[in-house]
Amino acid sequence: MKKRILAVVLCVLLASLAVVPGCGKEEKKVLKVYNWGEYIDEDLIAEFEKEYGIDVIYDTFATNEEMYPRIEADSSLYDVICPSEYMVEKMMKNGLLQEIDHTKLSNWKNIGESYLKILSDYIDPDNKYLVPYCWGTVGILYNTKLVDEEVDSWGILWDEKYAGSILMQDSVRDAFMVAQKYLGYSLNDTDQTHLEECAELLRQQYPLVKSYVIDEVRDKMIAGNTALGVIYSGEYLYCLEMNEDLAYALPKEGSNVWYDGWVITKNSKNVEEAYLWIDFLLRAENAAKNFDYITYPTPNVAAREFIDEEILNDQAVFPEDEQLKNCEMYIYLGQEAENRYYELWKTVK
Amino acid sequence: MKNKKLLSLPYLIWMIGFTVIPLILILWYGFVDSTGAFTWDNILAIFRSEHLKPLGISLALSAASTVLCLLIGYPLALILRKAHIKKSGLIIFVFILPMWMNFLLRTYAWLNLLDDGGLILNIAQALGFRGNIVGTNGAILLGMVYNYLPFMILPLHNSISAIDDNVLNAARDLGANETQVNTRVILPLSVPGIISGVTMVFVPSLTTFVISDILGGRKVLLIGNIIEQEFSTASNWNLGSGLSLILMVFILISMAILNRYDKEGSTLA
Repeated sequence: MKKRILAVVLCVLLASLAVVPGCGKEEKKVLKVYNWGEYIDEDLIAEFEKEYGIDVIYDTFATNEEMYPRIEADSSLYDVICPSEYMVEKMMKNGLLQEIDHTKLSNWKNIGESYLKILSDYIDPDNKYLVPYCWGTVGILYNTKLVDEEVDSWGILWDEKYAGSILMQDSVRDAFMVAQKYLGYSLNDTDQTHLEECAELLRQQYPLVKSYVIDEVRDKMIAGNTALGVIYSGEYLYCLEMNEDLAYALPKEGSNVWYDGWVITKNSKNVEEAYLWIDFLLRAENAAKNFDYITYPTPNVAAREFIDEEILNDQAVFPEDEQLKNCEMYIYLGQEAENRYYELWKTVK
Repeated sequence: MKNKKLLSLPYLIWMIGFTVIPLILILWYGFVDSTGAFTWDNILAIFRSEHLKPLGISLALSAASTVLCLLIGYPLALILRKAHIKKSGLIIFVFILPMWMNFLLRTYAWLNLLDDGGLILNIAQALGFRGNIVGTNGAILLGMVYNYLPFMILPLHNSISAIDDNVLNAARDLGANETQVNTRVILPLSVPGIISGVTMVFVPSLTTFVISDILGGRKVLLIGNIIEQEFSTASNWNLGSGLSLILMVFILISMAILNRYDKEGSTLA
């Protein structure tokens, strides 16, 4: 999940929605929610408020980095937040979160085992802090009108045939990930010779690249003149809706798998309400409804019975475990290593 | 006397708060490492190839855009001088008009014209052009010239239109032909305008990172982009400050060169 331009607009809209005054009889229960922009079906907020009589104060952020300092300054500012997994790791380590009692979540069982396991393996042992909300992979979006071969490897991004028609991710870790996976390294590798090898590979790719993109990859691929683009899997269904020639491939060498999920802040003043919120969103039908709106894959297995068969069978959205075996999660590498990545990234362009 | 001093207080506070202190901070960050120990590394980093190359491209592109703006702007300023006062007002107005729109919007508009499906790219492709316009140095140069041209035209127009007709008539009386009037009289008299025009185009071109971000497809890094990314994505303020100081040196050098000519210009006037 990356920032979107619309998020800012939405933020303002939602902020104005959130100030609907209560009746002022007795003190009403409130819940302060901090989420990505455009990252929930807003009907669900209203339904939740109605069902539990809790006022939801809903704010949005565009990047993890924007959210973090606010919570670091005062972790009671919000009760539930939905950061990405690497930021959860940082918040965990800095004591900004509280442990989640799974017995208070009647719908915890709706989350697929395999999703919990990978999170537990990489960043959150025993899933004590993060309740997965959306997840996805990074892969190649391609235009079947311009690419008539099977796409199953990152190698196609180095194919001279597609010179000037390749969109690469502009964020350092994502760009290096492509090279690392292609060369068979871990995406959390910090070995300097390996990294230099990756940088060399990316330098070779440079002349073939049309542009380095972040969010624009969606619109550029939808426009239809570009053959290949590196993209987050969550964007795929939207792109497909706009241009049916597009297809998504998760390369066999593996990729990055990422999660966004709900956490409860250390000093939350509305912990009970926060549990109700998380449990409410974990309900199968609500998760399905939410998926319909945001189109990012949901780890909620129970929700699948409410989701279109066609989409369920689309391996781009719901890859099989076999396809995920080479995928890894980013872990925070420390400032020194991240600097080395960045220094090398500058030599690519 | 006391009152007069008091009047300058707001400006003093402004200058200290928004110029002097930030500059000191940049100096401080530029000469220390992340632990706070003194180092030359952030300054010397400019000699690494990944920084020298963007600096080179920046210098070349900003020099090119300055020359182009001058070549486009100077004849226009001459025409404006000869035009009727009403007409010249209208022409200036038309050139200034785009500046009423946000700079980012205008640059995005160019992106739409030059990118896939854009009018200009479509026409170019119909004429047999293959490849991309966005992501090339040419696209960035176009963005610079388009955005900074008014900053060249205005000072040129001001200095050229301020030349007294009698001066030109005297030159003609003394036997100068039109070319000589232009090159031996108008040109030297317009040097102050050229100087400020050149400064106002060269300096923002040298430091821009937005134009290259939008029209360069993030493929072309200018020194401005490097510095911007050090502060934002890489969160290495020390290196960012060090490189900013280097850029400031280049700006100071260019100002010093220009000022020398400016003095000559003033004495001639």
